[in-house]
Amino acid sequence: MSRLAVPKTYKLAIGGKFPRSESGRTYAVASPSGRFLANAALASRKDARDAVVAARAAQPGWAGATAYNRGQVLYRIAELLEGRRAQFVDEIVQSEGVTAAVAGAQTDAAIDLWVWYAGWADKYAQVAGNGNPVSGPYFNLSVPDPTGVVAAIAPQERTGVSLLGFAAVVAPVVLSGNTTVVVANEAAPLSAISLAEVLATSDVPGGVVNTLTGSPAELAPWLASHADVNALDLAGAGSIGDGTAWIDLQISAAETLKRVLPPVSGAPAPSLERITAFVETKTVWHTKAML
Amino acid sequence: MTIDHPVALAPADRAVRLLGGDLTEKALRLHLDGLAGVDAVGLEARAADLATRSIKTSSKAWALDTIIRTCDLTTLEGADTPGKVRSLVAKAVMPDPSDPSCPRVAAVCVYGDMVPYAVEALGAHHGDPEKGLVSVAAVATAFPSGRASLAIKLADTREAVAAGADEIDMVIDRGAFLSGRYGLVFDQIVAVKEACRRADGSYAHLKVILETGELQTYDNVRRASWLAILAGADFIKTSTGKVSPAATLPVTLLMLEVIRDWHRLTGETIGMKPAGGIRASKDAVRYLVTVAETVGEQWLTPHLWRFGASSLVNDVLLQRQKMTTGHYSGPDYVTVD
Amino acid sequence: MSFLEYAPAPESTAILNLRETYGLFIDGEFVDGRGEPFATISPATEKRIAEVATANAADVDRAVAAARRAYDRTWSTMSGADRGKYLFRIARLIQERSRELAVAESLDNGKPIKETRDVDIPLVAAWFFYYAGWADKLEYAGLGANPRALGVAAQVIPWNFPLLMLAWKIAPALAAGNTVVLKPAETTPLTALLFAEICQQADLPAGVVNIITGAGETGRALVSHDDVDKVAFTGSTPVGREIARAAAGTGKKLTLELGGKGANIVFEDAAMDQAVEGIVSGIFFNQGHVCCAGSRLLVQENVHDEVVDRLKTRLSTLRLGDPLDKNTDIGAINSREQLDRIRALSDIGEQEGGDRWTAACEIPSSGYWFAPTIFTNVSTSHRIARDEIFGPVLSVLTFRTPEEAVAKANNTPYGLSAGIWTEKASRMLALADRLRVGVVWANTFNKFDPASPFGGYKESGYGREGGRHGLAAYLEASGWQPPAASAGASTRSVRGRSAQKTRKAVSK
Repeated sequence: MSRLAVPKTYKLAIGGKFPRSESGRTYAVASPSGRFLANAALASRKDARDAVVAARAAQPGWAGATAYNRGQVLYRIAELLEGRRAQFVDEIVQSEGVTAAVAGAQTDAAIDLWVWYAGWADKYAQVAGNGNPVSGPYFNLSVPDPTGVVAAIAPQERTGVSLLGFAAVVAPVVLSGNTTVVVANEAAPLSAISLAEVLATSDVPGGVVNTLTGSPAELAPWLASHADVNALDLAGAGSIGDGTAWIDLQISAAETLKRVLPPVSGAPAPSLERITAFVETKTVWHTKAML
Repeated sequence: MTIDHPVALAPADRAVRLLGGDLTEKALRLHLDGLAGVDAVGLEARAADLATRSIKTSSKAWALDTIIRTCDLTTLEGADTPGKVRSLVAKAVMPDPSDPSCPRVAAVCVYGDMVPYAVEALGAHHGDPEKGLVSVAAVATAFPSGRASLAIKLADTREAVAAGADEIDMVIDRGAFLSGRYGLVFDQIVAVKEACRRADGSYAHLKVILETGELQTYDNVRRASWLAILAGADFIKTSTGKVSPAATLPVTLLMLEVIRDWHRLTGETIGMKPAGGIRASKDAVRYLVTVAETVGEQWLTPHLWRFGASSLVNDVLLQRQKMTTGHYSGPDYVTVD
Repeated sequence: MSFLEYAPAPESTAILNLRETYGLFIDGEFVDGRGEPFATISPATEKRIAEVATANAADVDRAVAAARRAYDRTWSTMSGADRGKYLFRIARLIQERSRELAVAESLDNGKPIKETRDVDIPLVAAWFFYYAGWADKLEYAGLGANPRALGVAAQVIPWNFPLLMLAWKIAPALAAGNTVVLKPAETTPLTALLFAEICQQADLPAGVVNIITGAGETGRALVSHDDVDKVAFTGSTPVGREIARAAAGTGKKLTLELGGKGANIVFEDAAMDQAVEGIVSGIFFNQGHVCCAGSRLLVQENVHDEVVDRLKTRLSTLRLGDPLDKNTDIGAINSREQLDRIRALSDIGEQEGGDRWTAACEIPSSGYWFAPTIFTNVSTSHRIARDEIFGPVLSVLTFRTPEEAVAKANNTPYGLSAGIWTEKASRMLALADRLRVGVVWANTFNKFDPASPFGGYKESGYGREGGRHGLAAYLEASGWQPPAASAGASTRSVRGRSAQKTRKAVSK
């Protein structure tokens, strides 16, 4: 006789907690074939606002941790993902309708991506910064500094990205000390929420990664216009509306001069440029003299 | 620093007023260590900025005369003789024989044993430079090294004053200063000041040479300037001229800032004398600009400002002749000392 | 006359050989503009200097087309070494003509000759020298083995450092292999036009550098032109915002250097005389027309009175007047419009309860002038503590602890520059870490160098100018697919800049 399974409730992840949407709304998540999988929280603009507040509150502390520490925390995520590999494969199989082998490949790619980015945490500054030989008695050093709070729209394709796409936007943003508010894949949000649970148990401070499930079309404009968001990763925003609605987001972001990365197709490949897109170069001068 | 055994210092008037009645080395040290630091790059940048002032026409004519009027025409050589000193005095009294409108220098500056010859050569011209006369300044206190016992330094000073020196240019004990014995340096200045006292109760003016080239850091120069002023210096002076670097514009600016701060604090005016290495009138004008923009141009008078120089006067004379005649002059038209 | 007044020491204008009228510099030649010409005047005397052409939309088209042709046929096919040699030539020509350029700049802008002679023009030459050397070393810029030029750069620059801003824009663009169309500010076009002559003297291939003049409309046409791949703008935050909106969805790479409200933080243990100098150069350098100016003085409360007192004494030695006099420290305000803004904001400062102090100085009878002004008793909510005044007006605020200093310094939508004055290095470094600004000057202020990246956080803009980072702003990394070009939606074409057109088609 088969055992009756205990289904999981998928909620939002804001400030290290897992609340339901303040609006009380949910939406049904289904497999590509239409089979009901779960009710996910349908985040509202107020959830987005709360997430930004949580991200802002967590940012100085996260940026203030040593780079070595951030690298270790990111690596720890990979370790925990590896341990829960079966769960992620299962969720991907269910929600994307792919084979276990395909889902396994995506999970492995996501794990390896965390490892790759984890290693950058205490190195990217050496590549992106430098000492500057100015003509005068001055110490002069340029170092990258996290931009602040980065809002991201995870890739929204129906297959291949539900976990990997989420990881590929989050990891490069947070490794430098940014905090983030991410809108997960709308159709397949389950693995993103499970990943948020991994983050909560892997030494990532609450508020560093805030995960919203729901409609990018509804949430993105609020994030793009939010004055306390410093940058936007529109990776998955190409799927909103007619495919050019992201341009309005970029226009909206211009109001406070947010840094914007436009949409990509699929999960963005790991790259140094995704890290440096969300850092500021800070140059410090100091006088030098023996006397 | 010992807390239990505070060393009492000579009760110099200014120090007592600033630091309190029972004056100790500890109180002095706390004050000197508590002074704001100096950022060398910023100080030098400010000096360089002051050096870009462009002084033309009437301002330049006034500046050239002021350089002569505030110059301590100096000879400090082992080879000095009465004849050399008489020649120097003649130049001091009449710097440019071809132009009687040329002002006299402020003083002649010689070793102590040369003072009688300078006094004699000056004759009726000897007196207060503010009244158009020429003073006699003597270096003392085992100049330039200062490496002698206090007794010898004081005897050196008394002898020069007795011989008629109006001004004493003393050196501080840089070794003591650099090793942190501020009290020793302080007490010596106070003692030398007392040795400047004449029989009638008046004092020869005391210029205290810091020898900034040996103090090296600007923080030291600032502390030493304060120390000298607190001990009773009438003037603070950069250098002996025997150590390189001697006077520089940044060091002079820094010492003028201390003088300005003392004036803000007490209303008292302290004199300043850069010495050594100032040879061109162009450079000297930059010093005048620095004085005017730091403590005010009322300082540009022989009682408060001196150049210690030997060859500077001739360069100023060449410039002066150019301004008078409209054409460039040459070294044959000014006198060798 | 007292010595301190100094006799007049005017720099001769005989060195200038200006034309009566200037056209647009397009495709290597001066051509007539099709817009209404305008006069450029000296803000110190309000006298006309020359008549300058206005480029209309058709002229902008022509300039961009010339730049595109030069990019396709000449500049992108030339070796990096040869591009570098052209830039070296330009650098040398600037040095050779430096006095002339300094005089022209002071005349047109109103800034003191001391500054154009000792700061602006030497930096202009240094900028070209620095980037000249990069031209054949792009593979070492940290962007992969084969970084690519972007194409045609549209560059719009402000009036506060006319020729220097031109150098900041043109030198890295050309070194990276781009061609440019640059528009100088309406009130200060003169040195850009002299620079066009220098391009001719350097025998720079036609169309590599195009200089078009005109007002905001010309600039708008330029930055929103479809055939432009890169937009670089230095100026106000409102205009930067407008440009960012216009560039949205086009894939144009953007560099924006916008406004600022820099905090100059003075601790009790600061080297006080140097701090006072730093405060002075922080806000009164270039009449305060500096985006990174230290316009907010944050001074530790226990030394507030002393600092303000010393500052006032120091300001009393500043000399305001004829920009061409070598002893002038404070020149003319660049325009009537800017003067009105400074006056209006200062009046608001007084109404809001700030205590206004103005240095006593004689104001010339003609021209635009504003004496150095300090507001004390200012709080963070006052407009003069928040709005960029862009003039010689300092707002003094206090703090009690380092934590409070950081909080107040960061409490602004801007994030361009900050100064820290302390003799305690560990505190300086910790503070520098926490300040949300692109440039931190510790125990110094307003220092610039071609090797040193410059640019802002937050609403002060994005991108860096200067150094390797400034070069990267004109390059695309090899192997890096810019997101817009690889975006998923099939309705969009590969070339990012046509996305907007596609969008228009979609919405019909």
